[in-house]
Amino acid sequence: MTSFSSAAASPGVPATPATGEPVLQLSGASLTFGARTLWSGLDLTVRAGEFIAVIGANGSGKTSLLKVILGQQQLSAGTVDFLGEPIRRGNRRIGYIPQQKLADDGVPLRARDLVGLGLSGHRFGLPLPSAARRHRVDELLAAVGATAYGNVAVSTLSGGEQQRLRVGQALAGDPRLLLCDEPLLSLDLNYQRAVSELIDQQRRARDLGVLFVTHDINPVLDMVDRVLYLAGGRFRIGTPDEVLRTEVLSELYGSPIDVIRTRGRVIVVGAPDSAHGHHDDVRGTNTGGAAS
Amino acid sequence: MTDIWSQIFNFANYGELLVLLQNSIIAGAVLGLVGGLIGVFVMSRDMAFAVHGISELSFAGASAGLLFGVGVVEGSIIGSIVAAALIGLLGSRARDRNSIIAVLMPFGLGLGILCLTLYPGRSANKFGLLTGQIVAVDNPRLNSLIAISIVVVIGLAVVWRPLMFSSVDADVASARGVPTRFLSLYFMLLLGLAVAVSVQIVGSLLVLSILVTPAAAALRLSSSPVIVPLLSTIFAVVSLVGGILLALGGSVPISPYVTTISFLIYVVCRIIASRRKRQGNSRRSALARRVQS
Repeated sequence: MTSFSSAAASPGVPATPATGEPVLQLSGASLTFGARTLWSGLDLTVRAGEFIAVIGANGSGKTSLLKVILGQQQLSAGTVDFLGEPIRRGNRRIGYIPQQKLADDGVPLRARDLVGLGLSGHRFGLPLPSAARRHRVDELLAAVGATAYGNVAVSTLSGGEQQRLRVGQALAGDPRLLLCDEPLLSLDLNYQRAVSELIDQQRRARDLGVLFVTHDINPVLDMVDRVLYLAGGRFRIGTPDEVLRTEVLSELYGSPIDVIRTRGRVIVVGAPDSAHGHHDDVRGTNTGGAAS
Repeated sequence: MTDIWSQIFNFANYGELLVLLQNSIIAGAVLGLVGGLIGVFVMSRDMAFAVHGISELSFAGASAGLLFGVGVVEGSIIGSIVAAALIGLLGSRARDRNSIIAVLMPFGLGLGILCLTLYPGRSANKFGLLTGQIVAVDNPRLNSLIAISIVVVIGLAVVWRPLMFSSVDADVASARGVPTRFLSLYFMLLLGLAVAVSVQIVGSLLVLSILVTPAAAALRLSSSPVIVPLLSTIFAVVSLVGGILLALGGSVPISPYVTTISFLIYVVCRIIASRRKRQGNSRRSALARRVQS
């Protein structure tokens, strides 16, 4: 179980569980759509400074979990608290980084404006120029390494550059928790690395809790403290070493699964892509490791 | 040949005409402000096709208003608002939206043509609803046009930031608590009003030249959220006021002038943008070489 890539040596996986104050607490949480249970009895505490990857097949309820935390989806049972209070919609202390979606030509935004939306995009009334605001945007651009293209049109930036800005935008609200929904999707390997390292670095610097939804654990394997693995209405939580094991996943899926660790990557073989049998994009963890 | 030219451009007695058509010029300037500003959001939300759809139903409403004696302005506003509300309610996703517009548009045109055919009055008026007016804008009409324009401009200003946020990044905006669904409907209503006033001046077939072309041209030159609306407004006002000034003496409706000016502005902006891009590319690759070495 020491087959992490050499780059993993410095951050590493902590031997002791995170000890920061709890940021997010789910207890006995269940989500059911009609007869279909996405997950039930979910107890999860995300602490400040803790990086948790949420993985599982398509349709296993990863994105729905984020929607619950954003207050856009009601739990069927159980409770969810953020900073000790029930979830409310539009809480600015929760930063949200979605899948990359390239802005097209019709968007009158430069990089700094996209980040600026994170500061004041929710406010009604006409925007007035403010030196303090400009200064804050400059700080955020610097924090995510985007100063060089701060005045460039968003539509001309690459996917990786756009995702850096998204991180800056999410940090604008001075969050305590970052929710990332497949932020690496459709980025090339270099940018996957750069964007996940940026998120990792920011959570350390700002002591943020991070919930990172991904279909492929490998880009963030050496950063995560714990893994929440969702499959077939059930789940496992633990360190990658505890969860990403042949016997644990075989039991979770209820069918034989092989977890292979090779060259610092994890490959899950034999997982049914969707526990409910409908046809989905077969890009899940079962093949994720083979991509390199 | 000289006959045709004198029909298109005729500047005899220009000074007197200018005074007579003062209302039209004011109307053009106000409409340019509305079109330039709302056009930025039409582009950001990718709704050019929706503008066209709404304008056809606005035409139907105006024709029905003419036929039943309700009034052209009132009819076109009702038609616009109904169309905008339908598109806003049923078409929250782009795919649904396009099909709904495609269904509404021919229905609106057909309805409008039916009403116009049944209308016993002069036919020049009828044609004007589709392709724009030659006649002067009278005082009550100018007042209603200005009133509606004020509603649209203030309505946009109040929601400017959240509307921009939800237009360019709906998921994050909604996570941040921006009421994206409400804003989408709210925007459609403002768009309906903007289309209704535009139809009065340039006709329903040519509304895009005010509500889309200037903003599209501005976006070629800049990505700044301040400069784009500014340029877009200037382009729209220049097209409309310029079009009206050129049309004053001729016997042609103002719309060909307006659409031509706005088209030419767009072409010039594209040329400038492609030149800049070529220069920018060479500068960028030079920078990249310097970074690599």
